[in-house]
This record gives sequence, C-alpha cells and structure tokens, in this order.
Amino acid sequence: MPDERGHFGQFGGRYVAETLMPLILDLEREYRKAQQDPAFQAEFDDLLEHYVGRPSPLYFAPRLTEELGGAQVWFKRDELNHTGAHKINNCIGQILLAIRMGKTRIIAETGAGQHGVATATVCARFGLPCIVYMGATDVARQAPNVFRMKLLGAEVVPVTAGAATLKDAMNEALRDWVANVHDTFYIIGTAAGPHPYPELVRNFQSVIGKEARAQILSRTGRLPDLLVAAIGGGSNALGLFHPFLDDPDVKMLGVEAAGYGLDGNRHAASLLGGSPGILHGNKTYLLQNEDGQITEGHSISAGLDYPGIGPEHAWLKESGRVEYTAVTDDEALDAFQLLCRNEGIIPALEPSHAIAAVTKRAKEMPKDSIILANLCGRGDKDIFTVAEKLGVEM
Amino acid sequence: MSSRLSSAFSKPHPALICFITAGDGDTAANVDALVAGGADVIELGMPFTDPMADGPAIQEANLRSLGAGTKTADVLQIASDFRVRHPDVPLVLMGYCNSMVRRGPEWFASAASKAGVDGVICVDIPPEEDAELGPYLRDAGIAPIRLATPTTDAARLPAVLEGSGGFLYYVSVAGITGKQQAAIESIEANVARIKQSTDLPVAVGFGVRTPEQAGAIARVADGVVVGSALVELVGEYGNAVPAKLRELTSALAQAVRTAR
Repeated sequence: MPDERGHFGQFGGRYVAETLMPLILDLEREYRKAQQDPAFQAEFDDLLEHYVGRPSPLYFAPRLTEELGGAQVWFKRDELNHTGAHKINNCIGQILLAIRMGKTRIIAETGAGQHGVATATVCARFGLPCIVYMGATDVARQAPNVFRMKLLGAEVVPVTAGAATLKDAMNEALRDWVANVHDTFYIIGTAAGPHPYPELVRNFQSVIGKEARAQILSRTGRLPDLLVAAIGGGSNALGLFHPFLDDPDVKMLGVEAAGYGLDGNRHAASLLGGSPGILHGNKTYLLQNEDGQITEGHSISAGLDYPGIGPEHAWLKESGRVEYTAVTDDEALDAFQLLCRNEGIIPALEPSHAIAAVTKRAKEMPKDSIILANLCGRGDKDIFTVAEKLGVEM
Repeated sequence: MSSRLSSAFSKPHPALICFITAGDGDTAANVDALVAGGADVIELGMPFTDPMADGPAIQEANLRSLGAGTKTADVLQIASDFRVRHPDVPLVLMGYCNSMVRRGPEWFASAASKAGVDGVICVDIPPEEDAELGPYLRDAGIAPIRLATPTTDAARLPAVLEGSGGFLYYVSVAGITGKQQAAIESIEANVARIKQSTDLPVAVGFGVRTPEQAGAIARVADGVVVGSALVELVGEYGNAVPAKLRELTSALAQAVRTAR
C-alpha cells in the first residue's frame, strides 16, 4: 500500500498543477467510500462476470512446456476478455467511479489504442461521451483501433504536439482535464499518474492475480514458483503480482521492452535503462537525458513504448521483491511465433515479451516447477506489424 | 524574500510581469526589449519536453528552444548574464519540476541563486509535494512562487500560502496558458478573497493578451502576467522580434500603469 499521500517509498506522489489538486483529492475521497461500499464492488463484479467474461481461464500450455523442456508453463488468459486485453478491467472500475462522482464526460489517452478501445467500450455501455487523445503518429499506424473507437461512438483527437506519441497524448488529456474540471473524469490506462490512480488501477486489475491464485491452487494444489508479466506502464503485471506479494516463495519477473537493445537509446525499458524523475503526476523511473528532458521510448509493441512506468514498480524494483528484465523486439517476435505454432494462440506483442522471458527461464527450472505468465492481450491488432517485420505482404 | 521582488511590488503602479521561453531566439535581446518596454518582472521559462500546463504557443516555444539545443546550463547562463546587465530587475524562473530536480534540488537552488534568480514557479509541485524543492529554494533565498487557481477553495488556500514567497500567482482560468480569459468580476472576487488571507502581492495570469485586458486586471490585482502573446511574437518574427516585443510591452505597461 502507498502511504496516505500516495508514496511508494520515494516514488508515486501527486505532482500536478494546482488546478487539478482538488479534483485528485476528491477522487481519492470518493474512491475510499466506494471501497467501503458493497454495492460498488457488487456492480464491478457483476460487470466483470457478465460483460467482460471473467473469470478468464488459467491454461496449462503442454506443447510449449514440452518444447522448452523445463518448468510447467501456465497462462492467465486475459486476452479472452471482452475487447481482447486486460485494459477493460480497469475501465469498468473507473467508469463506475466516474458515474458515482456525477461526472458526465470521459477522457482518456491511448498509445496503441487498446486502452482507448476499452474506454470507448465502457462509455458506450454507460452512455457517456468519450474523447480519446492519441498521438498523430499512433493514429496513423493503428488505424483499425481508431476505427473501432469511432464505431463505439468515441471522438478520437489526434495529438500533433511534441513527438505525437503516447506521452504527448497524456499531456493533452491532462490539458483537457484541467480546462474541464467540473464535469470530466480522466480514465488513466495504466497504474501511473498522480495518486490515487496507481493504487486504484492496480486494485481494479488485481482481479487477475486473485483469480490466478485461486485457480492455480485448485488445479495444482500449490502456488507457482515464478510469475511473469510484460511491463509498459505496468498495470497487467501489478494486477497479477499484487495478490501474491505476501507469498514469499513466489518469485516475480517483470519484462520491459528492450527494443533494439538496452545499450543504445532505442528501447522502452524505464527501470533497466532509465533513472528516477517526475512526469505525469508521479515520481518514477523515466527515460530522460541529463537535463531531465524526456526521451522517446521505442518498442515493436506500441503498448510498451511509454518513457515511464508505474511508481509501484519503481518501488518493487528498489525493494528487490520483483526482478526486472528486458526483451528485445526480435526476441518478442520469435516468442510471438512460438506461441502461435505451439499453442494455437496469437498473442499481442506486449505479452510476447513476457513469453520470450518465459522461454529463457523455463529451461533453467526443474520440470516440477510452475511458471504462471499473464497473457494480457490478443494479437489481432498486431498482425500488420508482425507481417511487416517478417517481410510478408498482406 | 527577495528585495528586488518586493521593490517591484512596491512601485506606485501594479507590476507587469513578462514571460518568455529561454533559448527561443536571441533571449538576451528579447528580455532586454521587455525591460526597455517597461516590464517590472521578467519570467523566464525553462524549456521542457512535456509542458502539460501550457497551450500551443508556449508548447511550440519549448520545442523551438529544445530543438535549438538549449540545455539547463544555457538557461542559467541567460539568467546570470541578465543579472549582470540588469542588477535591479527581478528575474523569476518558471518551469516543470523534472528539469529542476534532475541534478538534485540543492544543486538547482544553488545554481539559480548564483545566477541571480529571485523566484521560482514550478507548475507541477503542489504544496503537498513541497519537500521536493521548496525547502532548498527557501534556504537559498529564492522565493517559491505558488499558483492558486479557481479550484483552490477556502479550505486549500492556507496550504497554498504556507511556505510560498515573492508573490502569489493567481491562475485566472481553470485551463492552460494562452487560452480564454475569465470574466473580470470573477478575477476581482478571487483576488480579493486571496488577499484577505495573505500579505503577499497577488499577480494574475493565463489568458492575458492585450493592453485592455492587462489594464482591467491591474485595477483589481497587484500584478499582471503576460506570456503567450509575447511568445507568439517570437515565433512569428524570429530575429526581428525585439522591436515587436518592446512595442507590445510598452502598450501593456502603459495600460497597467494608468489603470488606477
């Protein structure tokens, strides 16, 4: 848990303009009330079951396990959720909060478009107007998701400021919010931003780990030896890890995007290749230069190329509770194809990073050990990127 | 508190505070034009890649400056050169906390103090996170200038005032720089409300573009901040801008000085 001012150790906090401070304090008060309200939890659970399709399955991957020749590999199948990723869990929780607070207008930022689609989905479900800020560069390369958002009734605003990618979309969403404080709720897509967002996003996503813990106990009678999840902002990883943090024998591995490699500057590994700083409302690890100017992240996965990371991960890294590693574009691409062929599952490029890390670790672990990895998104959205990388004309 | 800042607010007329982004064009020539035009306080923007509180004009100025290769060391050099040329004109740095705390808050406070900086406005450090930078500025004799906004209610105002110095910057609209201006009645009421709680001078900014607007605000506040309108001139006129800056600043100064 963060302290009462939202700090995870030295990380987290509320580094926002004064205009937003009263709103953020108000959000925290309302969230605390919602946490104590059984009706709020009941509505959240009901929507997750009947609208999202939870619980998601826990799947033992027999052919991948055999191919790797080591630990048993299990996947939490969050790619089977409505809208195809874990993002919807958080959006359901936040829109219920927005409605509870009487907000009538929803804004969001999106990079690859998965969070934008999930936000547009819950806005359509509850009949609220939705404005999604998306970097113009991302609008151009993620056309299918832009069209999905529009079908769902959202307005997609291309952001041309700065580098026109995810961090600029987040800047623009913050600018909108500050100018529309009275009626607008900002649905942040990952476990980052000013307190209480990192905590509340993590809590909404913790359904992943709570289910996985119960499922693995019921299927195998024991806890896993290693949890693995990909990290962009880090919400799917925190969702999986958090319910296991008090299980000392469960090790955890977070997998960042190494892009072309950590030795250059074409990666998105904020923890392994960045340093502590302050951006978008929180203190955390950032990709930045010696003057504190933010540098652009790169990954084959548009969902991972954010130059920051959720503050709780920064803290879990410093405390040593979670180990962090990074996987290159090429390794993720290999893992993507491996899962397609061996298990009949087309994963998103984000969890392909987790799968690449699993392939390395499984080989080093005994056959009676268990790895549980989060398959946090499906790969339909990525087939164009993959085809291009493989030199295939579609 | 800085004697230069207190002098600027002790003049017989309200203070005109002129903002410009450091490293965007010939900053020395530009700030000199602002002083020559009648600016009472110079607010120098530290360029940042992600200026979340700024509208398009200042965003673009930030990118122009960074694109030209401006470093933190250059901003501090611009400040110390200014201090040599203008020993009596108060200079305030405005920016975002990451570029201020990157080398440690002690380093920044000390470097800014050596450069002759009188105050620092950090947009994204609210009172709740004051420990990040505020104590170091105060120890170095630099005024931490806080922002109050239309959303700063009576319950929050004491926290905003606690530990702030120089002047209080009242943000006239809930929004970003350079956009719409609030109704003068609302500005007057809010400034009066704030002044009941503090002896600090209250300056008003965000959305102030014309001499008419500046004059109207000068009737109800201790200072007026103009930024985007000046920065837009820099974007438009490039090297020919000092004359334009001086012209607009003179008109603003005249309006501010004759407001009451």
